[in-house]
Amino acid sequence: MPQRELAGDASPARPHLHAVPGGERDAGSPEGHVLIDMPERQDAEDPLRAGLRAVAEAEDPAPAVEREPSAGDRPGRVRALWTAAWPKLAAAAMALALWELVVLSGWRPEYVLPGPGAVLARLWTDLLAGDIGVAAAITMKRALLGYAIAMVAGVSLGLVLARVKVLRTAAGSLLTGLQTMPSVAWFPLAILLFQLSEAAILAVVVLGAAPSIAIGLLTSTDQVPPLLVRAGKVMGARGFALYRHIIIPAALPGFVAGLKQGWAFAWRSLMAGELLVIIGHAPSIGVRLQFSRELSDAEGLLAWMLVVMVLGVLVDSLVFGALERKIREGRGLTAEHA
Amino acid sequence: MSAALPHVPLSLLSPSPAPVALRLDGVTKRHGAGGDAVVALDTMSFTVKKGEFVCVVGASGCGKSTMLNLVAGLDTPSAGKVTVAGERPALMFQESALFPWLSVEENVAFPLQMQGLSRKARTERVAELLRLVHLEKFARRRPHELSGGMKQRVALARALAQQAELLLMDEPFAALDAMMRDHLHSELEALWQKTGLTVVFVTHNVREAVRLGDRVLLLSSRPGRLVAEYQVDLDRPRRIESPEVARMARTITDHLLEAARAAA
Ligand SMILES: Nc1ncnc2c1ncn2[C@@H]1O[C@H](COP(=O)(O)OP(=O)(O)OP(=O)(O)O)[C@@H](O)[C@H]1O
Ligand SMILES: [Mg+2]
Repeated sequence: MPQRELAGDASPARPHLHAVPGGERDAGSPEGHVLIDMPERQDAEDPLRAGLRAVAEAEDPAPAVEREPSAGDRPGRVRALWTAAWPKLAAAAMALALWELVVLSGWRPEYVLPGPGAVLARLWTDLLAGDIGVAAAITMKRALLGYAIAMVAGVSLGLVLARVKVLRTAAGSLLTGLQTMPSVAWFPLAILLFQLSEAAILAVVVLGAAPSIAIGLLTSTDQVPPLLVRAGKVMGARGFALYRHIIIPAALPGFVAGLKQGWAFAWRSLMAGELLVIIGHAPSIGVRLQFSRELSDAEGLLAWMLVVMVLGVLVDSLVFGALERKIREGRGLTAEHA
Repeated sequence: MSAALPHVPLSLLSPSPAPVALRLDGVTKRHGAGGDAVVALDTMSFTVKKGEFVCVVGASGCGKSTMLNLVAGLDTPSAGKVTVAGERPALMFQESALFPWLSVEENVAFPLQMQGLSRKARTERVAELLRLVHLEKFARRRPHELSGGMKQRVALARALAQQAELLLMDEPFAALDAMMRDHLHSELEALWQKTGLTVVFVTHNVREAVRLGDRVLLLSSRPGRLVAEYQVDLDRPRRIESPEVARMARTITDHLLEAARAAA
């Protein structure tokens, strides 16, 4: 009986299936797809079933977990931290060395351009004295408040423009104009309207950040794959549910990119604001920078600049960088070319 | 064992008394406008009875996906009328269309969540469906961690989760190996027999169409027209390797080739 013969034939395929761990196996599709008729294998019920089970077993996800066994334990984490940190530390060391070289070249006298050693020492004493903590607290409070307002404004604006097509065509280019406008250019008007006050600074921070957030929301919702929206609709997601369950999560990576850019703009606007709008009783980072310049305290000036830079990098990488990484990794969007 | 009927002229098919699950009346669909418009479907009319398993075959680009989109209510016909009995049909897309931000189990639970099922009820149903497609060990994975065929199986589980009366499937098993496909053929057939589901199943694989369908509709390409339909009166459960299935598939394939030659 030809059936038996062929059934026997199919069995040797099983060890092969066992031998390859993980993932879908091509079991050597005997079917002609499309229009090609191929001679078919006869009935081979049992080996096929067994083979199927073998495939299911081979799909055990355990080996994939073993690939990163060090993720949880302590020495592994330290090593991971080190691999992430050393290029950054090396870059910082190189920048400091370059700076030292410029100072050593005697291009400017040391009281105008001090070296990294003196500046870092100054940074340390200011830190210990608590000056930096106080200034950073004032500045960060403004930044967070301004950014929070910008987020609410940007998201609301973005949602309205996304929903109302006429408004979008009308205000779309205006928004781009707002985004490209250097926020310092707003200060004369802001000072005119709000005098030298917190409000003037906040207004400009919001104006700097909100357009980026709104634009990020608009472009990210535009780029939601229509197929996913259709899939959502087919399964009964309509109206608000469609937004909540499909459009918002699908748009999230682009939206977070907008948030991140918004933060960068907010931070820049804030620094400009603190330099221009000096509020004496609030020794913010900007005020300290300005005072250092007025006192010709180059060491202090550079120390405070370092504070600005470090704070910016910290927020960018610890908040937005981490957020972006988490989202991208969850969706398998980690860059192939990295 | 009854032999396959030769193709029946459409005019001879009288409306049957059985309740109708789906009816297309002179449905035409044009994509785009003006001179660039592509006529994807041309005055297509057919009826699917409740509980029927209908397979649709036709060359690539002949409008099969377009037709399913119209039936699912995702597009509106340029002319003619689509009538669907009951509520929203379930559609399994040609691409798996899984949500990349949800895990496998969350994807399968999605239609249940939209129907307002409790978390507990969802979990049980999802586990059952994942067992059906042999992916229970991948419940917590994200779609990007799956192979193409595995994604298709998740999409199948998700479409079944909806428990619609009409299930539309667009080349659902194209990316699967032969064994898994055979398994899912049997499972789908069993489910269909058990639940009285109506299925419209699009495929390029004529043999698969004969394996599964009560009826096979043949579409011509550009513009997509219904050129023939075959009643498949073979006993169930069928086997895709059986000579009867092969014989009938050959007849349909010959017809398909003939239609392609005529169109060229
Ligand atoms: N959104 C669209 N815009 C313009 N043309 C389209 C669109 N969707 C489909 N078409 C055209 O309509 C025709 C039918 O497409 P459809 O996707 O329905 O084919 P199909 O039968 O599903 O093909 P396949 O078997 O390759 O999936 C094709 O010529 C295609 O180019
Ligand atoms: Mg298609």
